[in-house]
Parts: sequence; structure tokens; C-alpha cells
Amino acid sequence: MLARLNVLLLGLLAPALAFAGDAISATEKQPLNLHAIGMFVVFVGMTLGITKWAAGRTKSAADFYTAGGGITGFQNGLAIAGDYMSAATLLGLTAMVYAKGVDGYIYMIAFFAGWPIILFLMAERLRNLGKFTFADITSYRLNQSKVRTMAAVSSLTVVCFYLVAQMVGAGQLIKLLFGLDYTIALFVVGALMMVYVTFGGMVATTWVQIIKACMLLAGGTLVMILAMSQFGFSFENLMTKAISVHSLGEKILFPGSLLPDPVTALSLGLGLMFGTAGLPHILMRFFTVTNAKEARKSVLYASGFVAYFFNVILLMGFAAIIIVGQNPEFFEGGNIGGKIIGGGNMVAMHLAKAVGGNLLLGFLSAVAFATILAVVSGLALAGAASISHDIYARVLRKGKATETEELRVSKLSSIGLGIVAIILGIAFEKMNVAFMVALAFGIAASANFPVLILSMYWKGLTTRGAVVGGYSGLVAAVLFVLLSKSVWVTVLGNAQALFPYDQPALFSMPLAFLVTIIISKLDNSAEAQAERAQFDDQYVRAQTGFGAAEASAH
Amino acid sequence: MSSTSSQRAVYARIRSNPRFAELVSKRQGFATLLSVIVLTIFYGFFMVVAFTPKVIGQRLSEGSYVTVGIAAELFMFIFFWVLTAVYVKRANGEFDDITSEIVRDASKEVK
Repeated sequence: MLARLNVLLLGLLAPALAFAGDAISATEKQPLNLHAIGMFVVFVGMTLGITKWAAGRTKSAADFYTAGGGITGFQNGLAIAGDYMSAATLLGLTAMVYAKGVDGYIYMIAFFAGWPIILFLMAERLRNLGKFTFADITSYRLNQSKVRTMAAVSSLTVVCFYLVAQMVGAGQLIKLLFGLDYTIALFVVGALMMVYVTFGGMVATTWVQIIKACMLLAGGTLVMILAMSQFGFSFENLMTKAISVHSLGEKILFPGSLLPDPVTALSLGLGLMFGTAGLPHILMRFFTVTNAKEARKSVLYASGFVAYFFNVILLMGFAAIIIVGQNPEFFEGGNIGGKIIGGGNMVAMHLAKAVGGNLLLGFLSAVAFATILAVVSGLALAGAASISHDIYARVLRKGKATETEELRVSKLSSIGLGIVAIILGIAFEKMNVAFMVALAFGIAASANFPVLILSMYWKGLTTRGAVVGGYSGLVAAVLFVLLSKSVWVTVLGNAQALFPYDQPALFSMPLAFLVTIIISKLDNSAEAQAERAQFDDQYVRAQTGFGAAEASAH
Repeated sequence: MSSTSSQRAVYARIRSNPRFAELVSKRQGFATLLSVIVLTIFYGFFMVVAFTPKVIGQRLSEGSYVTVGIAAELFMFIFFWVLTAVYVKRANGEFDDITSEIVRDASKEVK
């Protein structure tokens, strides 16, 4: 249970996957939900219209990768919040407050607290140094081919695991909410994703994310207000009733089973905070704004929306204890306290139905579907950028590819990634893919983040150090997850896990730092000296933004 | 991604400007201070959760369901966000003014 919750939580930052673990055991195809499908069709129509408009504006590589750097701080803030507030946030966290009380709130603050740190330590430097991918930053003064190849390998690994986990979760959720067949659901998600990304690039992807974030905020707020009206908008009233009917009673006010030992808690916390700061599709969002000013503003808006929404979820979860938990309609066989229809993750959906009928349920289901679409689109775009910008244009063609050629490769890559995602999604349908989320975060925190932060802050970093350190973080994270219970026992069927924790970050991240630093220190080659010498110029640019990629004029 | 020689000249001028050192130390100091505040409060709270969980569920006043845990967390959500706003305001105002001044001076001298 704990492992499952950890995984569930992990998905939050990194949208929409979290329910993968839970959804799998719980899904049964539901009758066709016409309200939901109707509203989803409206959403798709709207986003396809936007894609058509965006396609007209997506001409250069900068347009495709970063929307020409012309997104405002407010828009980007909404888009980041959209990336962050996934279907998993809505479903998983409401379910957690419903089942465990205040534990869910403790997790929410952990997801939130990473953002101020990203703002204080990274946002400005990311914007000033980066152009299209975060490898632009790590390879800024290092060997282009080696460092970009390493960054692209780890980015693509993160993106692929994440995409597969998303696709499997998406198929299960859609089957449950819409009553659509699993395979059909995958094709719908994959096809729409390809259309958004290939034709509309970052402009379309950002707007899909913005629309979805607004829908999610509006839907959640509406459900919360309708639910709270049943308690006269009184928190005391709500809590008195919730405690009197919850099987845990007063215990829902105390921390419970979610944080059993310090190692798990710390590893999870590290993985979440620094994994987010190493996810390629999140980092890419910082390159879509005009300048460092707007980059900072985007974090301000994003964290504001996220903080607000988490508190809405807290109230929804508590209200659901009474409204859903006491209504036999939502339990299998009408047996209150038994198994919830559709599984624990459906609490938020049941609450919507209880307070707003089928129409609100349909709306919230459409929001969940839209969320999945938006997230896979962002992932595919980040993956395509790694292939076309890092591997193709910089490594294979050594910067000699024309913009048209690079753009063509990136579009082909998006289509390729879409096809891979559908195929793997079908292949993994029956498998427990929960470990893939842990893996994606672990790799992001262990391979991407250490090299990225050191390249921005430490003059001593050399190519050799970055490459060896990055690959060791990657290998260590993969190995630890492979030997942990979620793969070694659950997937491979061995009796005992060789690595006792499901979260690798506490071990693999320090290892990556250590290796990077030691190898860099030992590196006294002529190239290493030259690389260190270039840090000073990079530092001025990081601090002042002079020479930074500028927004293309529209 | 190598910079042009005229860019390098500007970088060198910016570096030799004492205002640059002042900007960096001021901004980095401020960012570090805020990070330390956030991390201390956050991990302090987690220590309480891990070692004295009973405190979290204590009520602030008799007959109220607002507990220490709920109040502390609501406070963190608001306070951390306020710190974010404070940093953005100062960085986008005071610090960016110094930055553009430094860049302007350095670019002018080169021409």
C-alpha cells in the first residue's frame, strides 16, 4: 500500500501518471458516458482550432520548440500549473484525504515546497542560458557532442518511461470514465497528441495546457463550493461531521501510515523536489518566456495556482468523507464502507456526481482526459526536441543542419514518439507500470539535475566529469529501481528485493554528484582547462541575461 | 555555443564593473536567505511529523478542529508563496534595474 501511495504521489508533479498503479487493479469498463464524451468533443474541437491557428505561427525552429519565446509569464504560469495539476492530483490526492485525512495535506505541501526553491536557485539562470533544451545549458562550455548525447539519452529515457506510464494510465482511466475500449483510448490519445505537437508545436501544446488548467481550476472550485454549501461553508461543521463518520475518527487529524521511516520520506522528498527540476518537459517551459523577468513571474503564478488548488482538494477530500462515504450509491452492492465503485481514485468523480449530477461528472471526466492529452503532448515535444535539436542538429550534423531540416526531423520524431507510445502502451496494458514513474523521477533527479545545477554553479565542471557523472546517475537510478520491490518482486516475480527502497534518489543522486565532482577535479586535460576558463563568461550571461536567446518577433 | 569576440569584450567589461559584483552578491545572498528560510521551515515541519506526530493533531483551541498541523500547513502555503512574490518583486525591480544599467554601460563602452 505504501509503495503504491508513494508512486501515486510521485505522479503528481509529473502529471497524470500517478493513477497508473491503482487504476490497473481497479478498472472495469463502464457504460458509455455521453455527457463526458460530449464535453470532451467540445474540448478537442477547441484545441484543434487552436492547433490550426498555432500551425500558422509555427514556422521557425524557435516557434516549434519554445513558441518563439513569446509566452508571457502569466500564460506560462498557467501552463506550468497545468503540467503540475494532473488528473493524478485531482483524483489521487482527493482519494488520499478521503482515506487518510491530514496525511494527504502533508504530501501536498511537499509537492508545493519545491517551487520556491526552483525560483530562487534556478529559474533565472535557466532562462538566461537555455535556448531550446536543457542540454543547451549543460553543454554551454563543454564538449557539445558528448554532453548533448548524454543529456539526450537520459532525457529520452525519462520521456519514454513517463510516456508509457502515462499511456497505460490514460487507457485505464478512459475505459473507466468514458466506457471506451482500452486500445481505442490509446489511439485517440496518441493521434491527438501527434496532431497537436506536429502541427502546432509549443504554441499549441502550451495553449492546450492553459485551457486544461483553467478547466481544472474551474471544475475543482465548483465541486468544492457545491460540497461546502452542504456544511454552511463552515470548516468546523465539516470537520465535526467528517470525524464522526470516518472509520479512523480523530486519527484523520494526525500523520498516519504514509511516512513510516525517515529514509523513505527523505528519498521521496529529494526525488520529488529535484526530480521536478530535472524533468525535460518542465525545464523546457522556462525557455518559452521572453526573459528572466517573465520566467520568475511564471513561477509566481504557477505556485499560486498550485497552492490554491491543493487547498481546494483538501476541502473536497474532507467533504467526500461525508457526501460520498455515507452514500450507498457509490459502493459496490450498496455496502457503505465496502469497496468504492471504480476504485479509490474515483472519489473525486463520485463527489462531482453527488453535488452536481451527471453534467458535472461529465465535465470533470472531460477535464481528466484533457489533462492526460496535455501532459503527453508536452512529453512528446520534449522528447522530439532532444532527438532533433540535440542528437540530429548538434551531434550528427555538428550544427550544420538547416532550420528546415531540423524542423522536419523534430516533426518526424514527434510522430515516431507517438507511435512508440501507442505500441508500448498496448504491450504494457496488463503489466504493473508503477515503477516507471519512480524510474522517470529517479533518472531526472540523478542524471539530469546534478549535471545541470553544477554546470550553472560550479566552475570546476568538465566534460569528462559531466559525462561520467551523468551516466553513473542514470545507471544507478535504473539499477536501484530494477532491484527494488516494484520491479524485482512485483514484475519479475523474485521472492526478495535486493534494494530495500522503492525510491532511488537518496542514493543515486549523491552518487552522481560525487562522481561528477571527483572526475572533474581529476581532469587536468587541456580541454578541461579551457572549459573552466569559459565559465566566467557563462557566469556573466547567467546573471545578466546578456547574449541570452531572444524572443522572435511576431 | 561560443560567443562572439564583441560579446566576450562586453562580458569582460561587465565582470570588471564593481556594480556587477555588488549585484551578484546582493541577489545571491537574498536568494540563499529565502531558500534557507523555506527549507528550514519545511524540514522542521517534517521533523515534527516524523518524530512527534502527536503535536500535529493538537487543536489550537478547545472545540475547534483547526489543528496545529492544518494551521502550520496553511501558513506554509501562504508564507512560501508570499516569499516567492517578495523575491520576484525585488528581482524584477531593483535587481533588474542594476542589471540593465550594467549591461548598458558595458555595451556602450565597446562601441
